[in-house]
Amino acid sequence: MAKTRVRGTVNGEPVELLCEPQATLLEVLRDELGLTGTKEGCATGECGACSVILDGRLVCSCLVLGVELEGRSVQTIEGIAAAERLHPLQQKFLEHEAVQCGICTPGLIVAAKALLDRNPHPSEEEVRLGLAGNLCRCTGYDKVVRAVLAAAADLREQA
Amino acid sequence: MSEPRYKCIGTRPIRPDGVDKVTGRASFGADLSLPGMLHGRVLRSPHAHARIRSIEVEPALAVEGVKAVITAADLPDLASQAAQGAETQTDFRDLSRNVLARDKVLYHGHAVAAVAATSRTAAERALAAIRVDYEVLPAVLDLDSALAPGAPILHEDLRTRGLAGGGAPTNLAARIEIGRGDVEKGFAEADVVVEREFTTRMVHQGYIEPHAVVARTAEDGHSVVWCCTQGPFVVRAYCARILGMDLSRIRVIPSEIGGGFGGKTTVYLEPLAILLSRRTGRPVKMVMTREEVFRATGPTSGTRIRVKIGATAKGKLTAAAATLVYEAGAFKGSPVTAAAMTMFAPYRLEQVRIEGFDVVLNKPKVGAYRAPGSAMAAFAAESALDEVALRLGMDPIDFRLANAAREGTEAPYGPKFRRIGFVETLEAAKRHPHYSAPLGPGQGRGVACGFWFNVGLQSSAAVNLNEDGTAVVVSGSPDLSGTRISLAMMAAEELGIPIERVRAVVADTETIGYSDLSAGSRVTFATGMAVVEAARDVVRQLSERAAAIWRVDPREVRWEEGRALPPQGAAGGPEPLGIEELARDAARTGGPIVGRASLTARAPGPGFATHICDVSVDRETGRVSVVRYTAFQDVGRAIHPGYVEGQIQGGAAQGIGWALNEEYLWDSSGAVENPGFLDYRMPIASDLPMIDAQLIEVPSPTHPYGVRGVGETPNVPPLAAVANAVRAATGHRFTDLPLSPPRVLEALDSEG
Repeated sequence: MAKTRVRGTVNGEPVELLCEPQATLLEVLRDELGLTGTKEGCATGECGACSVILDGRLVCSCLVLGVELEGRSVQTIEGIAAAERLHPLQQKFLEHEAVQCGICTPGLIVAAKALLDRNPHPSEEEVRLGLAGNLCRCTGYDKVVRAVLAAAADLREQA
Repeated sequence: MSEPRYKCIGTRPIRPDGVDKVTGRASFGADLSLPGMLHGRVLRSPHAHARIRSIEVEPALAVEGVKAVITAADLPDLASQAAQGAETQTDFRDLSRNVLARDKVLYHGHAVAAVAATSRTAAERALAAIRVDYEVLPAVLDLDSALAPGAPILHEDLRTRGLAGGGAPTNLAARIEIGRGDVEKGFAEADVVVEREFTTRMVHQGYIEPHAVVARTAEDGHSVVWCCTQGPFVVRAYCARILGMDLSRIRVIPSEIGGGFGGKTTVYLEPLAILLSRRTGRPVKMVMTREEVFRATGPTSGTRIRVKIGATAKGKLTAAAATLVYEAGAFKGSPVTAAAMTMFAPYRLEQVRIEGFDVVLNKPKVGAYRAPGSAMAAFAAESALDEVALRLGMDPIDFRLANAAREGTEAPYGPKFRRIGFVETLEAAKRHPHYSAPLGPGQGRGVACGFWFNVGLQSSAAVNLNEDGTAVVVSGSPDLSGTRISLAMMAAEELGIPIERVRAVVADTETIGYSDLSAGSRVTFATGMAVVEAARDVVRQLSERAAAIWRVDPREVRWEEGRALPPQGAAGGPEPLGIEELARDAARTGGPIVGRASLTARAPGPGFATHICDVSVDRETGRVSVVRYTAFQDVGRAIHPGYVEGQIQGGAAQGIGWALNEEYLWDSSGAVENPGFLDYRMPIASDLPMIDAQLIEVPSPTHPYGVRGVGETPNVPPLAAVANAVRAATGHRFTDLPLSPPRVLEALDSEG
């Protein structure tokens, strides 16, 4: 099948690649660009492990085609931290022991970032609803929710 | 006895593998790719039960890009032999026939053939081209039809273990019995007797990471396997046996593992990937889809449990009896024995009898799931106990306290408990503000308890002292939950150095000695014990080096806070020697310093827990919401309290999902109707409240720091804690899980 040339931006860097028409953005990120921080848990948009931010909007990258990257900008877990400095969400996930096995962690952090980008003052309930698309089987969400609330407070202080 | 003073144990440092896990760097099962790699896929049975008349693979080999196709004909036909090291009963013959069906397929999704091709698309096309001629057989999909006279038989050679006579083929794989005393006498002495039947459905561990493997085989026949597993040594052993290879020809390198909960303690893809890589001379990667995970890995049993409990008017248990019937799936080996042993273990009982049945039927072979077998048995026992307390008009915690097992109590399965903390969990629950907090309208509160043995088994560890006095802890135990930091903390405590100067890594089957599975809540306990011994070995060597420098007897050297202290003597004696100096000078004093330990950890301290659950029941929709949850658990000693809390919170959440929503749904042909997360409904963040994990520390006498396993026990009480809360809210005793909205609504409506 003929491949399509796709030009977009990934974590602030321009990328250009040849994309099979049926390939998902998740496959493009993992297999073509080597960004394996974005995880596949179901490939059907049900677990949120593949969450990325596409033009400012939280999406499951398994439900987006690779060719849709054309002219658009995507942020993945690899693009959350600044050089040598963790994002407050990442730092609080560590401090609050919100990581157990770690497979859902990238998706949770990306989803939490999308939430805090649009709502810097979330309540516990808003955090829970904001993460409702991200399955975590290890933590019971308690420490994850606390980490997001703590990161939100941290970000407000920095602002 | 005064509390020991620790510098590091009990603190909450950041885990060494943490940064990689919050930045996406950590490499999980599916994250590895190798140059020239092929993609493997598995052809799965479209029937729940069928005889394989023939498999024609040539059309698949003709598909462009396809490099190899394998079937059971490519594997040695193994004789029946029990596998060692497994968490649930496993037979090598069954295991081989589960990874590739031979003669018959026994469940919808059973692997029939595997292919390797240059792309996933080509591999998919090859699967479609394989022609399998099936003779479809009637399937047995529930316990009753599996045990009915004249039922279709899965295995013509299966006879019931534990039953005399017979000789006819059967689906009843085993009958077991444990207990003591005379239960009839006990029931005769009772003022209240409650007898009920409970049922639970097959549920899945629900780890978010699908099974994944990359295998590469060199021309000399040596294979390297990268996979997400709870036990690289077990993967090596099972693959070697299934493929007829020496252990020395397989190296298993565990990746990070995205959850397991018992489900990654056996092999599915690994032997196929090895064989395909051997056939093609190229690396082969295989990753399951989510649908394959649900259809063809190892969920836990659906069960039917009859329980009878008697007590005096004053609340003393006089007898308990139970009959447990557990689904094993396509091959023998449900966790019914563990269920029987744990079911009444929290209580003092003179008269107790439990009978268990292991039943094969046309569903995937069950695997281990967090305290295998125990959660369902506790659902039955703790619901019935709740009913007895209700009839007696006793507080459910007081009733349990009056019968609680203590040090010296003889467990129903034999041994006497050493120091245990069950009573302490009950007392803490009773004191906690949650227990006396007012409830809202439509709400109810339930209490339930749970027990798990915890296991010890074999572990190896090394502590390498670096030239600058920092250290590396090496173990063979994959880290599912933060065990690296716990192991590092124990080494830091022994060496007397800050945790920042210790790093812990997980090694592979060729770089560390044998270690059993990361399962049975054993890593911090057993591997931790090995790490403590290895660190003490380092301290001994450091003390010897210092003694040699000082020309004194090593026994006179004390090790304290990372320094060797010289013998007490007159002023002007030598200054203490720090670990940095001793490490720096190691080259001149005897060479590198490496501590090692390999052991079989015996007599693990069992875990007990008491959970309090508040629910709110919506009578319009039947939806049950957990609104408050507190879990009390005897953890022995919490090395890193944060990860101990995390285990308890996560276990409680899994149990809540099991209680409220999770179940396999089957159509009449035996296909799974809900092989995805949308319809197999696990708890999401907005379903749950905060889960308050209360750590009770009654140190286990068998670990140097008193550690008890903690991972599995928290999954035991929630099923009954939720159901007892729903009973309190509605007055209805639910005996059939899950308490999903349609089922709750139907029950409440039928009561009017």
